[in-house]
Amino acid sequence: MMHSFFLAMAIALVLLMVLSLLRAFIGPTILDRILGGNVIGTKTVALLLLIGELYNNLAMFVDIAIAYALLNFIATLGASKFFLHRLDVFLEDQEQEENP
Amino acid sequence: MTVLSVIAIILILLGLFFFFAGTVGILRLPDFYSRLHAAGKCDSLAATLMICGIAVYNLQPFTFGALLVSIKLLLIALFVFIASPTATHVITEAALVLGVKPWKRTEKKKS
Repeated sequence: MMHSFFLAMAIALVLLMVLSLLRAFIGPTILDRILGGNVIGTKTVALLLLIGELYNNLAMFVDIAIAYALLNFIATLGASKFFLHRLDVFLEDQEQEENP
Repeated sequence: MTVLSVIAIILILLGLFFFFAGTVGILRLPDFYSRLHAAGKCDSLAATLMICGIAVYNLQPFTFGALLVSIKLLLIALFVFIASPTATHVITEAALVLGVKPWKRTEKKKS
């Protein structure tokens, strides 16, 4: 009973991740893409814990989830700071989006 | 079906609801700042609820190892609760400095 419940939750999370990936794909600015990646990373932490519960091996997957949460935070911070200091890259991308 | 299982199911379903609401907001809202608002809810609230639900369910055969894993899960929840608003703040600062324009209603209603 609980096994199929966790399986259903994991499948629903994967479908929501696909929808977030759509925003990362069509996003008008680069920051929208960073935002989509950040949301996918947060969902991946929850998905890893659900997978650990499905395999009855949560003690191993908890450590992977900790590493993934740290990595996701650092990646978002790094990408945002990069585009904060490199205005020219951002503007080139925006012009390409406006006049392809 | 024990009490802890029911609490865990309620917490995980609430977390999934907020994930769904955040994803709909990311897809449907008109400009970058409002999308960021929806993503912030999705990050902090929904992930915390879902991790807490799994931590409650994990406690069921109450052993020392299960308690240790649940404490680790609560630490992940605490970290996500602190780190994801920080990430949202940094993205907002980058958007403000780079000059992303807020959305405005383009045509006013004629009275």
